[in-house]
Amino acid sequence: MANYRAMVIGVSAGGFKALSVVLPQLQRELPLPVLIVQHLSPVSDTYLVDHLRQRCAVKVKLAEDKEPAEAGVVYLAPPDYHLLIEADYSLALSLENRVNYSRPSIDVLFASAAEVFLEGLIGVVMTGANADGAEGLARIQECGGLTVVQAPETAEVNIMPLAALEAVAVDHIVPLDRLGRFLNMLAMGQ
Amino acid sequence: MSDIAERLENERIEIQLLLEGLFLKYGHDFRDYAGAHLKRRMEYRKLAEGLDNYAEMLHKILYDQAFLQQLLLDLSINITEMFRDPWVYAKIRKAVVPHLKTYPFIRSWHAGCSTGQEVYSMCILFHEEEVSGKRIQIYATDFNDLVLDKARQAIFPIEVVKEYTANYQKAGGLSSFAEYYTADYESVKINPPLRDRVLFSAHNLATDGVFAEMNIIFCRNVLIYFNKELQNKVMKLFYDSLCPGGFLCLGPKESLRFTDYADKFDIVGEKERIYRKKRGLHQGLSNEQ
Repeated sequence: MANYRAMVIGVSAGGFKALSVVLPQLQRELPLPVLIVQHLSPVSDTYLVDHLRQRCAVKVKLAEDKEPAEAGVVYLAPPDYHLLIEADYSLALSLENRVNYSRPSIDVLFASAAEVFLEGLIGVVMTGANADGAEGLARIQECGGLTVVQAPETAEVNIMPLAALEAVAVDHIVPLDRLGRFLNMLAMGQ
Repeated sequence: MSDIAERLENERIEIQLLLEGLFLKYGHDFRDYAGAHLKRRMEYRKLAEGLDNYAEMLHKILYDQAFLQQLLLDLSINITEMFRDPWVYAKIRKAVVPHLKTYPFIRSWHAGCSTGQEVYSMCILFHEEEVSGKRIQIYATDFNDLVLDKARQAIFPIEVVKEYTANYQKAGGLSSFAEYYTADYESVKINPPLRDRVLFSAHNLATDGVFAEMNIIFCRNVLIYFNKELQNKVMKLFYDSLCPGGFLCLGPKESLRFTDYADKFDIVGEKERIYRKKRGLHQGLSNEQ
């Protein structure tokens, strides 16, 4: 079984509920960091983080610039900033233009993580209403990482999972209710 | 080594050589910029120009001035607006300006001023807080000459006025924002008070040094593009430039926490990322407010 070193998740419309189902299934001793881009309005505050924190065994926080990515922690991209990861596993933020009308953009995170972690990366695309994430997931596959998509019929909005499936011959398609346990199993190397 | 890993390593070597070339030929030093961001920007330009690789790009940088200028623009993120993050300005008005006003003369520095919006915002704020032109010198610097020219002109598209006005009000503006600009059909020219107290000039945070003792430094959304080494180097420059008790304003997602200077500043506004240089013990009595 592969030894994964990081997980990236992209989620948009419907993400609040979907993340509330998936993330509580991750166990506290998760041996890798999880980086998440959830499209939010530029003015939204830390509500999502507080909500998830109360429900999760893993630590959940907003990503900070230059912060080292640590195992067992879920980092959410702050509203209105792109989230990237550096070769030394530290997090980086940027105000670069929107990509796919989005800042943060899933493609931006996925592309940077793909090159840092290569075959050690798990990329996940979940519910959402645009095509952000499809190109990034393709890049993850190209760099040797594992690709996972939420089963479109279990997504509140299926456009994003369908776009990812169109762009990539993915490794796994998993329904929402089993996704958290599945990702946990992958991360634990089981 | 897998094919992809080898390709990425070769790319890293080419990018390193490109940055070295850019520095050797023109003195522009991007060698300590945050790698992931830098690569994205260069990849964007590489694809836009139809270049096959970064070695080819280096050649174009060395021989093609127009391309160089384009790349320099690509590498500086010029996303800014007047009174951006209005709550920060509200805090400056309330918690910082009263201290500044106790100085007989104020020196204020906008490092990485981009197209000047934040500079003019502070001109308005200082004016409204009754800091007269005789009492202040504002320095506004950027490494990019094209951007500085735009900043000096102070002409912005008319579409942004609505947003700037809303920001101005949220920032606690004491007057009407319309007083500070002249509108044309397509653009507005900002004509803020204290404009003649602003000195725009080229300064590169990566390579240039201290040029005056400052009472307050603004450097917002610049440090996120630097790696830790360069962040620390620039923090030293700011620390050395500030008077004891001088203020430092960073971007809302920038913090001193991951730098070597975290314990050398007091926090004035946690959320606003406003810091104050601690006074040395020997200076504690002379300049207290």
